[in-house]
Amino acid sequence: MKLLVAMSGGVDSSVAAAAMVAEGNQVIGVTLKQWSGPDGRLPTAGCCTVADAEDARRVAATLGIPYYVLDYREKFSAAVVDHFGREYLSGRTPNPCIECNRRVRFGALLDRAAELGCAGLVTGHHARVDHDGARFRLLRGRDDAKDQSYVLHMLGQAELGSIRLPIGEMTKAAVRTEAARLGLRTADKAESQDLCFVGGDYREFLRQRFPESARPGPIVDLEGAVVGTHAGTAGFTVGQRRGIGVAVGEPRFVVGIDAATATITIGRRGDLAVAACRVRGVTFVSGVPVPSGAEVSVKVRYRSSAAPATLWDEGDHHVVRFVDPQTAVAPGQAAVFYRGDEVLGGGTIAEAA
Amino acid sequence: MLYLDHAATTPMRPEARAAMAPYLNGEFGNPSGMHAVSRRAKDALEDARERLAHLLGAAHPLDVVFTGGGTESDNLGVAGPALAGGRRGVVTTPVEHAAVLDTARFLAGLGCAVEIVAVDDQGRVDPEAVAASVGPATRVVSVMTANNETGVVQPVAQVAAAVRKDHPNVVVHSDAVQALASRPVGLGTLGVDLLTVASHKVGGPTGVGALVLRGGIDLEPIIHGGGQELGRRSGTHDVAGIVGMVAAIEAAVADRDRFVNDVGEARKRFETALAAAIPDAVFTIDDEVDRLVQHSHFRVPGVDAETLLIRLDTLGVAASAGSACHSGAREVSHVLGAMGMAPAAAAECVRFTFGWTTRRGDGDDAADAMASALEGLR
Repeated sequence: MKLLVAMSGGVDSSVAAAAMVAEGNQVIGVTLKQWSGPDGRLPTAGCCTVADAEDARRVAATLGIPYYVLDYREKFSAAVVDHFGREYLSGRTPNPCIECNRRVRFGALLDRAAELGCAGLVTGHHARVDHDGARFRLLRGRDDAKDQSYVLHMLGQAELGSIRLPIGEMTKAAVRTEAARLGLRTADKAESQDLCFVGGDYREFLRQRFPESARPGPIVDLEGAVVGTHAGTAGFTVGQRRGIGVAVGEPRFVVGIDAATATITIGRRGDLAVAACRVRGVTFVSGVPVPSGAEVSVKVRYRSSAAPATLWDEGDHHVVRFVDPQTAVAPGQAAVFYRGDEVLGGGTIAEAA
Repeated sequence: MLYLDHAATTPMRPEARAAMAPYLNGEFGNPSGMHAVSRRAKDALEDARERLAHLLGAAHPLDVVFTGGGTESDNLGVAGPALAGGRRGVVTTPVEHAAVLDTARFLAGLGCAVEIVAVDDQGRVDPEAVAASVGPATRVVSVMTANNETGVVQPVAQVAAAVRKDHPNVVVHSDAVQALASRPVGLGTLGVDLLTVASHKVGGPTGVGALVLRGGIDLEPIIHGGGQELGRRSGTHDVAGIVGMVAAIEAAVADRDRFVNDVGEARKRFETALAAAIPDAVFTIDDEVDRLVQHSHFRVPGVDAETLLIRLDTLGVAASAGSACHSGAREVSHVLGAMGMAPAAAAECVRFTFGWTTRRGDGDDAADAMASALEGLR
């Protein structure tokens, strides 16, 4: 089978490519050039750097597969970076990896795989795809600590039918052992935590690329009293504690962001708890909505555990009602619905309800 | 395997390999020494210099500066005169190789006046427009002999004549790296003062080139050190490379008529067959425009160049999307942008370039490969 493997230069996609080669597939490796500095070259720090692309190239050479760097900068900029800026400017906290998966990796790149005559696209995500006899299912990765199913919740039946996620069956430790066994140079490579298009501080990136994000305003408490000022709402996320710049005895958290009036509202830890939230743009992996009122568990951030809740269809949006109130439910982040290990679907958090 | 990327680099000619062999084996001397081992290397170096001076119309062998390649020759050819005795200006075009454009940008950062003269939709510059952009601060005009992406030939002799009419103290540089494979190239032939050539585009080794100039032009060196090449380019000579380059250029000049006939026939067959098989294919350069015989530049609407090139690669066909100088990712061409082509169309453009190992039938094979590569795509 002819397969296209998206190789980031990390250990997971290196081993994914190796696994596909070992199965006897005809494999093509690609790295997406998503972002570049003003000189048009790949960044040298952060994620998706020149060194990452070179690692991917060397791994491809070790595996004996053709390798290409594909230019997706324009697509990425329009689909991911502009969205990132718009969301922050609207007082929300975007997850650019989700937008990238939706529009670039499992959008444009999946189309590219077909254009290249490939039967499927392979990535190094820690998540699993199986088929229950009727439909493809998206499942959490075997390694709980590394599970990436949250950022794949937008995938539907068509996508799941055309992708392979071989790493989802492995723990991270097993991935590294396999890479070492194969002599791949990425075996011990550290994981990147940065956004690929933001070298350092994302606030600085926003100030430079979206200057309108630097709009100062008041910081108020829940009673409406002004307790401080800030340099732009884009610097804040609901649930944030550090860096608010207001010193009052007990710890204070961001509990609200109003971009229209450039107002940040702060409160105590207890003020963060929400019993329910509205979710927009919901999709279901199976293509069929779960019945309104269904019991699910919901992740509201990439690195949070799934909390029990019920999911209600309200027409143009869904409402998640948590069994226990949840903190740090940030508009702009994804709410992803699970049943056990299975991803049912998800959408974007609009606001507390 | 069908190799259609000769403008990126071309196989080494046997004459070059044979000429180099002694200097990769027993003759290892550094030509800058005074003993017999050095002397033999020095003799080989100076023999190569004399022959290259003769081939490229330099009045004296010392008007040849050996460099580390076309890029370095362009850097020295533009920055050398501009920085000798001050920070003087440069006039050039937006379709030059990055080696010239980035040097101009670097000079602008140093305070040199830089003018970029627009080109028409075929990438040609108007000699009078170039002359009109020359000002009192200008020292160098740089216009390439032929474009590396499209093969379009510039009116370099007319540019030089137009510039000299009112500005006898301005020197004219031309990058003839691509043209050398199939056109007569020389200081007199082109009417220029400085000329860049590179070894590996005509069948010599990579990493060696030359800047040939008229006597009396001062160059500020850009590589400093032991003072080789009369201080114009320091660094121990790559004797094998230089000897190989000159042997390759001699062979290319001797082989030029055959090259033009065979490559011309191959390209004609390719373009005729492509137009017949893929009627909506768009050739970038109009029929009546003078272009190098080895270049074919085209696009298939609706098919991204990256997709097409990967499919061709899978079929064993090596081609490119323009210049091959970056990290391996295709960059939207500054040349096509300067010609006014929309980015979406530019992203579909593919370059096939033929060379000295091309057989006439390769043109038919190239067209067949295109048909196979597009199968099932549209």
